[in-house]
Amino acid sequence: MSGEPALKYEKVFGRPESLKDNYTHYCPGCGHSIAHRLVAECIDELGLREKTIGVPPVGCAVLAYNYFNFDMIEAPHGRPLALATGIKRTVPDKFVFTYQGDGDLAAIGTAETIHAANRGERISTVFINNAIYGMTGGQMAPTTLLGQEATTTPGGRDARYHGQPIDISRMLAVCDGVVYIERCSLSGVKQIRSAKRAIKKAFRCQLDDLGFALVELLSPCPTNWKMSPKQAWEWVNKVMVNTYPLGVIKDTTGYED
Amino acid sequence: MLGEAAVLAGCRFYAGYPITPQNELPEYLSGRLPQVGGTFIQGESEIASINMIIGATAAGARAMTSSSSPGISLKQEGISYLAGMELPAVIANTMRGGPGLGNIAPSAADYFQATRGGGHGDYRTPVLAPSGCQELAEMTFLAFDIADKYRTPVMILGDGMMGQTMEPVVFPDPIDPKDLPRRDYILDGCKGREPRAIYSMILDINLMYQHNLKLLEKYEQITANETRWDTVGTDGAEIVVVAYGTAARIAESAIEELAGRGPKIGLFRPITLWPFPTKQLRSLSENVSKIAVFEFSAGQMLEDVIMSVGDRAEIYFYGVPGGIVPTPAEVAGFLSSVNSGDGKVGRRIEV
Repeated sequence: MSGEPALKYEKVFGRPESLKDNYTHYCPGCGHSIAHRLVAECIDELGLREKTIGVPPVGCAVLAYNYFNFDMIEAPHGRPLALATGIKRTVPDKFVFTYQGDGDLAAIGTAETIHAANRGERISTVFINNAIYGMTGGQMAPTTLLGQEATTTPGGRDARYHGQPIDISRMLAVCDGVVYIERCSLSGVKQIRSAKRAIKKAFRCQLDDLGFALVELLSPCPTNWKMSPKQAWEWVNKVMVNTYPLGVIKDTTGYED
Repeated sequence: MLGEAAVLAGCRFYAGYPITPQNELPEYLSGRLPQVGGTFIQGESEIASINMIIGATAAGARAMTSSSSPGISLKQEGISYLAGMELPAVIANTMRGGPGLGNIAPSAADYFQATRGGGHGDYRTPVLAPSGCQELAEMTFLAFDIADKYRTPVMILGDGMMGQTMEPVVFPDPIDPKDLPRRDYILDGCKGREPRAIYSMILDINLMYQHNLKLLEKYEQITANETRWDTVGTDGAEIVVVAYGTAARIAESAIEELAGRGPKIGLFRPITLWPFPTKQLRSLSENVSKIAVFEFSAGQMLEDVIMSVGDRAEIYFYGVPGGIVPTPAEVAGFLSSVNSGDGKVGRRIEV
């Protein structure tokens, strides 16, 4: 030891300060852990941690306050954007975001979602679309694809019987209070990097007082899709994107990416 | 009136959805709150509105919502969350006839819902039932104070009659929200402190058990410290009327109408419906022969009276559901029937 030169290490990768040093309860291959990390990295990089109040959903991410290292408050199922409205209007100088799944945002909370967006609330929303109800064990989501098997769509989702999958991001885009909506995915390195760029941009919309912004993330759920994590990535990339094409859905920010 | 009282009591956030007969309140606050730097939001629903209240109170504001019976049903989920998360808020219910969509006439049919929790879970909501505008003004202050002190939702329970009544009022001194004690649990960013989380989901059954015990202890403190009632002429009375809110005022007029004719009649008026003044009514009932219950419902507060009085006195009941407001003469007729036992108006309750 004594004769060898001391090794110098430079830290090039670590846990974001906005993530607590806890194990998550998420399944192997689940998109939530990745999405959490992206949100945490963006909040760190924008220097927002000490002024952030996050509102997680009911669903798989209900325990997000165990993982994020800033102020958080639980919301009843579907109500994060109403609750976040109350927070943001009370403390407008704080950074307020919601993190919601497809059932929370696009089924039980559809009204709260549309009206908060239409009011142009200065809130950022991260929308996890995995086309299934994860926490309750694989029932049909509002975003479940046609033909997709869920525990409540035996034989696959049928448009006539179960209704069509809903594309709420496109619906929200017609609201004048919305300044930015982009759909990304968590099913590959390139996609994940793009998702981070979009989340950061959505956060900037709030900081610049522009209006409501949302990033939809197509997110793998290997457990309830009954696939391996690798198969789940492939399914997002080859099947899910046909119903939910990736890309910018609305952008009136004027930002140059 | 309630709106101005709320602003003077330091309320700086209101969200609600229009419903008759209480629209004067949000209409007033829509102009008034911005004048004091507060926020008014007409929510897209009662559900959204109560959740906006959760957010606002969690961020430190004195916050209030209001509605009438069907709308209050929709708010029950949020009220349960407020109780579970131990967040203060004030909810005003201007009751109308029901069930279902019912009508828009004065009623007191939400007593069960208000006093028994209404939403899911093992919790209680303090319920204040003023019987006139002056008391309503004072109780609005009290509601915010109880909410803050015990970190609980508090309900102000009125009826459609009260919602439309105009009376002169002397407001208590205004409260500047800046002078209120700073709540050490609110969410305002974790600068210089550890992050906070506010939630009601407690998956560990032992922790949930402890949380329930903590809430129970709080409810026992509220019962010990905040139970309120009023009596009029109960000393030496043979008959005591039990009534609250607008019904109590009608009963008071009926008692005046009968004064000097027949036995002495007093009034016992619960002001907090939960906690109900059980002990006070019980000890009063030791010394009277008849208790006459009058309410704008098919018999809801009646159950609390039965639990308080038992067989210490005869209990009679006159309940008018559906939005009909009996006149003082009709209530006087009930009290005459109670006295004579002729059973013409109201009925005897066998315990």
